[in-house]
Amino acid sequence: MSAILPPPERVWWKQPLDRVEGLWIGIALVWCLIMFFMMPYWHVYGKQNLANEAWRTTPEAYMKKAEEVVAKYKVREETDQKIPVVHPPAGSDVYLVARLWSWWPILELEAGKSYRIHLMSMDWLHGFSLQPENINVEVHPGYDHVMTVTPTRAGSYSIICNEYCGINHHTMASRLYVK
Amino acid sequence: MAVNRMFRTCPASGLVFHEPAENLMKANAVAAAVSLLVGGILAIGVTLTRWQAVHMLPPDSFYLFLTAHGLNMLVFWIIFFEMAILYFTSSTLLKCRLAAPGIGWVAFWMMVVGALMNNYAVFRGDSSVMFTAYAPMGAHPTFYLGLILFAVGALISCFVFFATLVVAKSEKTYNGSVPLVTFGAITAAIIAVFTIASGAIILVPTFLWSVGFIDHIDSLVYRTVFWAFGHSSQQINVSAHVAVWYAIAAIVFGAKPLSEKVSRTAFFLYICFLQLASAHHLLADPGLTSNWKIFNTSYAMYLAVLASMVHGLTVPGSIEVAQRQKGYTNGLFEWLRKAPWGNPAFSGMFLSLIGFGFLGGISGVMMGTEQLNLLIHNTLYVPGHFHATVVVGTTLAFMSLTYFLIPVLFRRQMMFAGMAPWQPYVFGLGMMGVSLFLMGAGTLGVPRRHWDIAFAGNPLPYEFPGSAWLMMALAGISSIFAFVGGAMYLAITVGSVFFGKKIETPGFKEISAQQGMVGRPQPAAAPADTTVIAGHQGGVGAGGMCMVAPGTFVLAIVFLVSFVLYYFINWKYLSTVWPLR
Ligand code: HEM
Ligand SMILES: [Cu+2]
Ligand SMILES: [Cu+2]
Repeated sequence: MSAILPPPERVWWKQPLDRVEGLWIGIALVWCLIMFFMMPYWHVYGKQNLANEAWRTTPEAYMKKAEEVVAKYKVREETDQKIPVVHPPAGSDVYLVARLWSWWPILELEAGKSYRIHLMSMDWLHGFSLQPENINVEVHPGYDHVMTVTPTRAGSYSIICNEYCGINHHTMASRLYVK
Repeated sequence: MAVNRMFRTCPASGLVFHEPAENLMKANAVAAAVSLLVGGILAIGVTLTRWQAVHMLPPDSFYLFLTAHGLNMLVFWIIFFEMAILYFTSSTLLKCRLAAPGIGWVAFWMMVVGALMNNYAVFRGDSSVMFTAYAPMGAHPTFYLGLILFAVGALISCFVFFATLVVAKSEKTYNGSVPLVTFGAITAAIIAVFTIASGAIILVPTFLWSVGFIDHIDSLVYRTVFWAFGHSSQQINVSAHVAVWYAIAAIVFGAKPLSEKVSRTAFFLYICFLQLASAHHLLADPGLTSNWKIFNTSYAMYLAVLASMVHGLTVPGSIEVAQRQKGYTNGLFEWLRKAPWGNPAFSGMFLSLIGFGFLGGISGVMMGTEQLNLLIHNTLYVPGHFHATVVVGTTLAFMSLTYFLIPVLFRRQMMFAGMAPWQPYVFGLGMMGVSLFLMGAGTLGVPRRHWDIAFAGNPLPYEFPGSAWLMMALAGISSIFAFVGGAMYLAITVGSVFFGKKIETPGFKEISAQQGMVGRPQPAAAPADTTVIAGHQGGVGAGGMCMVAPGTFVLAIVFLVSFVLYYFINWKYLSTVWPLR
């Protein structure tokens, strides 16, 4: 008689479908397919796709590359901790280091130009969260993740950490400038 | 050892309880309620800290509380309760003796010790790693050991459940196929076995790492396997609470599934496709290709989404059919208006269904879309989403089931009976508010698991927009309703179970049933009982279209329209973000 009793008809799998169910299953299936096709569609026609490029590396090797970029393109320093601000040429490789509990260095980019931004952590997981643009990417230790980013609007942006990384997680905030 | 074959029949519901199964259900339900109490108290600290105007706790306690809140709620409350459901759906619904109650108790105590050990680790203060415990951030070894013990205990309970199914089959305690609700529980238990195996694959090495036997755990491997465990365990919850929806529809309305075939196939889709959907936790991670992400979220996940959309129709649909047969046939919605809104078992279940579908379901699919995930990954949107699924959906469904169980299983009269009808509304609506406002804050970029979005004292602070602060305050205010609702629930259940008036049945005794059989099996259902979907007579003709549940269909279309709109709004939003490739 009901869902808590065995089905009254032993061959329940031969019961005909009711129209309300059949129709809904059809509609729902079509909708699921549309949602499926949206993802490949966006890879072809959309502009916001997370890069697949990532390389295994070590914190030391990564840090070395980051330091080279800072040495070459540093334009000034900010805050008491003298965090370098780098202004790399368009199209170049830029390295952003995530570590307990800071981002290093500060990047200064130009609107309308593309950059290959590398992201990697030196220790635990961190979360790259660019505000108020709202681009959020997981940052792993040992995986150098390369995204090609094209800032569109000039302004001062913030990078905050949004993957919990210990007791000072909430202090991990930095800047990104777009000229 | 003699097998205990003592059974009692509940005079009110006609359900048949096997004595050892009954005791195990009670023990697990009580352990669940205790976890809910602990987790609920911790939630107060978490929420009142995130509400920046109050900012109650210092950072170390905040992260500690948040870790303990996640574990006690998501793991201990939910899984203890699910164990009670497994025993109920196997032993009670199949009128069968529970196989190996002794082993059931071993499992129960392992789970208790595991839960205590894990809480011990967290409250020591050196294991505030959140329930996800992402390596290489490490916790005290007892943190992992506690979880492993708990998981193994749960696994053993699942095997007691399966063994009971075997006993029921061989002792022929039922005819034909198992009831749909039991089928749902089987789905949950099968997924649980897969889940716990993944848990072992990741937690055992992590434990060994924490005591120094292994020197490296890769963060990406950890996250991948962890979510095979963490995500699948959410599917146990979904299967379990959908089974509870069907059960309550059956108990309150005598509703029967529109079609067994459709509902069972939908459960079967869960088994086939849910685990792979764990990829949607990894959409923002490096080192995995888009092909892998799309395949695993869509091919796999959307068929599971389909299954949930089907259950979302068939549960209210079956209620509508039952109500129409009782004569509530006016218009599209008389069946719903005349539903017993004052019965907390029904109102809780219905709010659970609506909240799970509209808030949890739609937001979950949005987040689970490869590119859209970029917008909300690790923001408060995520806790907003899962408080709709696992709190409004699962927790509220379990709460409504307890209202039914207090007289039937615990044989107590409900205490605070005047308060009970309000509880699902206070808790459910409060929690929907929490979910909605956390999602709002997340859309504005507010991070999850974050002590201070004011960045006080930081040389490079980010100033969140005022609307984000407003969202946090609204979430805080809604959570006060949710706390009150949670406290009401615990007062009613704990009060009734321990201090409620015993329900005495004159001449009550437990009877020993030979062969574990209670009564003689009914002869295979007589044809008279097979009115099948009798609803065809009850349906209203709309433009020549005759449907058994037109009101439900309209609700389903409203759902679909909201879904489609919200989904494309997010694509629109994404298209305004910086190009990225
Ligand atoms: C009164 C009821 C509740 C309130 C007000 C509440 C509030 C919250 C809030 C605000 C957070 C997010 C904090 C953050 O990320 O910074 C949170 C996290 C969480 N809650 Fe709840 N919650 C409640 C009940 C529950 C229940 C019943 C469950 C599970 C069944 C649950 C499971 C979780 C989990 C798993 C987390 C994530 C912890 C983490 O990020 O590690 N909550 N809760
Ligand atoms: Cu961090
Ligand atoms: Cu962090």
